[in-house]
Amino acid sequence: MATEHATKAAPHGEMQRRRKMPPEANIFVVLIGIALFFELLGWIFVKQSFLMNTQRLQVIILQVSVIGIIAVGVTQVIITGGIDLSSGSVVGMTAMMAASLAQTSDFARAVYPSLTDLPVIFPVAAGLLAGLIAGLINGSLIAFTGIPPFIATLGMMVAARGVAKWYTRGQPVSMLSDSYAAIGTWIWPVVIFLVVALIFHIALRYTRYGKFTYAIGANVQAARVSGINVGRHLIKVYAIAGCLSGLAGVVLSARAISGQAGMGVSYELDAIAASVIGGTSLAGGVGRITGTVIGTIILGVMTSGFTFLRIDAYYQEIVKGVIIVAAVIIDQHRQRKRRKA
Amino acid sequence: MTSQSAMRAATNGAATANSEFLLQVEGVRKEFPGVVALDDVAFRLKPGTVHALMGENGAGKSTLMKIIAGIYRPDSGSFHLRGKDIQLTSPLDALENGIAMIHQELNLMPFMTVAENIWIRREPKTAIGFVDHAELHRKTASLFKKLNISIDPEIEVRDLSVANRQMVEIAKAVSYESDVLIMDEPTSALTEKEVTHLFEIIRGLKSQGKGIVYITHKMNELFEIADEVSVFRDGRYIGTHGAASVTRDDIIRMMVGREITQMFPKEVVPIGDVRLSVRNLSLKGIFHDVSFDLRSGEILGVAGLVGSGRSNVAETIFGVTPATSGEIWINGQKTVIDRPGTAMKHGMAFLTEDRKETGCFLILDVLENMQIAILNQGFAKAGFVAEAEIARNCNQMKEALRVKTPDMHERVENLSGGNQQKVLIGRWLLTHPKILILDEPTRGIDVGAKAEIHKLITRLAGDGVAVMMISSEMPEVLGMSDRIMVMHEGRVTGFLDRAEANQVKIMELAAH
Repeated sequence: MATEHATKAAPHGEMQRRRKMPPEANIFVVLIGIALFFELLGWIFVKQSFLMNTQRLQVIILQVSVIGIIAVGVTQVIITGGIDLSSGSVVGMTAMMAASLAQTSDFARAVYPSLTDLPVIFPVAAGLLAGLIAGLINGSLIAFTGIPPFIATLGMMVAARGVAKWYTRGQPVSMLSDSYAAIGTWIWPVVIFLVVALIFHIALRYTRYGKFTYAIGANVQAARVSGINVGRHLIKVYAIAGCLSGLAGVVLSARAISGQAGMGVSYELDAIAASVIGGTSLAGGVGRITGTVIGTIILGVMTSGFTFLRIDAYYQEIVKGVIIVAAVIIDQHRQRKRRKA
Repeated sequence: MTSQSAMRAATNGAATANSEFLLQVEGVRKEFPGVVALDDVAFRLKPGTVHALMGENGAGKSTLMKIIAGIYRPDSGSFHLRGKDIQLTSPLDALENGIAMIHQELNLMPFMTVAENIWIRREPKTAIGFVDHAELHRKTASLFKKLNISIDPEIEVRDLSVANRQMVEIAKAVSYESDVLIMDEPTSALTEKEVTHLFEIIRGLKSQGKGIVYITHKMNELFEIADEVSVFRDGRYIGTHGAASVTRDDIIRMMVGREITQMFPKEVVPIGDVRLSVRNLSLKGIFHDVSFDLRSGEILGVAGLVGSGRSNVAETIFGVTPATSGEIWINGQKTVIDRPGTAMKHGMAFLTEDRKETGCFLILDVLENMQIAILNQGFAKAGFVAEAEIARNCNQMKEALRVKTPDMHERVENLSGGNQQKVLIGRWLLTHPKILILDEPTRGIDVGAKAEIHKLITRLAGDGVAVMMISSEMPEVLGMSDRIMVMHEGRVTGFLDRAEANQVKIMELAAH
C-alpha cells in the first residue's frame, strides 16, 4: 500500500536510474573529461598524445599515491564531520623517524649509530606508530576536551612539524638501506595506496565501524543517544588517519631515499581537496573511498597535464585552487537541491 | 514578467478574484520529485480573522504556506492580495507585499539584541550613516507596548526563553506592517500561560483587521482562537468551515477521511514487578530528589509544564546527562548509568523529544536510521555487520509499524514527521526493550499516526514492557497512563492514579 502510493507519483524510470547509478559516476565522468581535455590540447599544442604514454600514466599514479594514502584517512575524518589539518606535518615527522631507523652502517654520521642495518620492519613500524600516536592525541583532545577538530589538528600540525625539525636539528636523514628504499620503487606505492583504499572502502561500507562513522557525521547527538560511544569512536577515526599519515611518511621517505623535515608540507590540503572533489561533504555524514580515489587521480592528472602542456607551475596552483572551490560549490548546490526535494 | 502576470490574471485570476478576501489563492499545484505535494488547492483568507489550517502531516498545509510566504515557487496557481494579482519570488518579496511567516524553527540571530533582530536591514540611521541606537530602542519599545510584550529591547536574543523568542518573531512580523501573518505551530514550545498571552496578541492583531493563518495540530486551540478552519488531506483542499459550526469529530473525519473510533486504545493489563526504581535522583540545578517506581506492564505518564524538568529526568535515567546524585535500580539491582550504551545494556530504550535534533539521521536512509541501535547487539561478526539479517528485521519492523516510504533506501528527511517518528520507534523496538522511555511520542504528527502509536504503546505494555511516557498533551496523558507523575520546576509534585486523574488535578500539581 505504501509503496504503491510513492511509485504512482514518481516517474518510474528516474527512480530506477537513481538507484543504479553510484554517486561516483559523476566524478568519474569529470575525470574522463579532464583527461580527454588534456589529450585534445596535447595534439593541438605539443603534437603528442597525453594518454597514450604508459610511463606518464604510471608517474601520475605514483605521484598521487602518497596523497591518496593520506586522503583515505582524511575522508573518514571528514565523514564524522571533522577535519584533519595535521596530516602533512605528521608525514614529515614520521618520514624523519622512520628514515632514522633505516640507515646503513656505511654511513658514519647515522642518527642512531648503534641502530643501523635493521630489518625493514623496524623503520616501517616506527613510522606507523609515530603517526598512530599523533592521531591518538588528536582524537583524545577532541573527545575529552571538546575542542573543535580544526583547532586540535591545527595544534598538531604546528607541533608535529616542530618535532620533525627538532628530531635531527633540521638535518636530512640519508643513506637509507636498499630494502627500505624498495618500498618506494616499482609500483609499490600504488599497490599500498590501493590496498589501503580497498580495506577502508570495505570497513566503511560493511562494518559497524563504518556505520558508526556515518552516523556520527550525520547527527552526533542522535548517535550518542543511540548508544554509540562517540568519543571512543572519534579517537579510533583520528588514530587511523594518523596511522595512514605515518604510512605515507614511510612511503615518501622510501621514494626519496631520505627523510627531510620539510616533507609533506601542505599535503593535508591536497588530501582534503581529493576527498572533497570525490564527493565527501564537509558537513559530515557523506563520502566514499571510491570517490576519494577518483578525486586523488584527478589531482594527479591535472598536475601532470599542466606539466605536459608546459604550463607554469604558478598557474597550476591557481587552477587547482579554483577547482577545489568549484567542487565545494557543486556539492552545496547538490545538497540544496536535495533539501528542496 | 508584468505582461505575463497580467495575462494570467486575465485568463484565470480575474474571474475568481474577490475583494471580500484579503488573500485569495486558487488552483495551486506543486510537485516535488516523485511527489505531488499540492494539487488544485484553494485558500481564502478574510481580513480580521484567524484561519486555522488542519491536516495530517504531509497533507500539504506547510507547503502551501511556504508558497504563500515566497519560500517555494508554485508550478501553477493564482494569487490575489486585496484583489490584486501577485507573484511572489522570495520571502523578502512576500514581506514587502505584507505577508510574514513565523516559522516553527525560529530564525533569530542569537548574538544580536532584540531590537537589532527586529529592525535588521531597516535600521534607523543617523545623519552620517551610523545606526541610530536611541531611535532603534524607541521604535522597539513602542512596538512592544502596542503588542503588550514586556521584553528588554537591549537584551541579546540568546538570553531569551523560547517563548520570548517567539514573541520577538511575532513583533518582527508585525513591524513589517504585514496584513497576513502565518504562524506555523506557534504554541508547540509554549507553556499554558504563554499561550494565553499569545492568543491575546493574536486577538489584538485580528481587531486591527489583519488576517492570521494558524497552522496547528491542537484541536482545543483551534476552537479557542480560530474563526474559520480549512482542512487539507493528501495535498488536496477538503473544505473550509466556520469554527463555530463544526465539531472536533467533523474535523478529524475531514482530516483522515475516516472515523477514528477509539482515540486512546488503553487496555488494562496485569502489572508486574518493579523494573525501574529511581531514588532521590538529582541533576544539579535542573531537577532534585526525583523518586518513583516503574513496573512491567505499567504506563507511567509524566506531566508538567515545559521547563519542569521532565525531559531532563528521562535523559538522566538513560545516561545522556548522568545524575549528580541519587540511585537508579533496575530489576532490583543498583546500577550506575553513565552513558546511553550502559542504559541500553540494561534493556532501556529512549525515544527523545526532538526528532530532528537528537533522533533522526536526516541525511541517512530508513535502513541506516533503524539499524543503528542494534548494531551493538550481536548483529555483527568480527565487526562486519550481518546485512541480510538486519535488513530482514528492519523490513519486518517497517511493515509492522506501517512506515510509508518508497523503500528502505529513502532518505529519512524525505519522510513526513509521523513516518520519521515510526522509524525512530522501530529503531528502539528492534532492541526489544524492557523499559521504554517515550518523550512526546506523538508531538507534531498527524491524527492517524498518533492513533497507531497509541495502539502500539498499549500493545507493548501488554507484552510486559515498562513504559514511561512524557507528554504535554493532557488527553494523551489522561488517556494512556496507569499512573501520572506530575513535575513542577524540577521537583515531583505528586502522583495521580488513572481513576482519580483529571485535567484540573494535573494542572493544579503542574502549576503548584
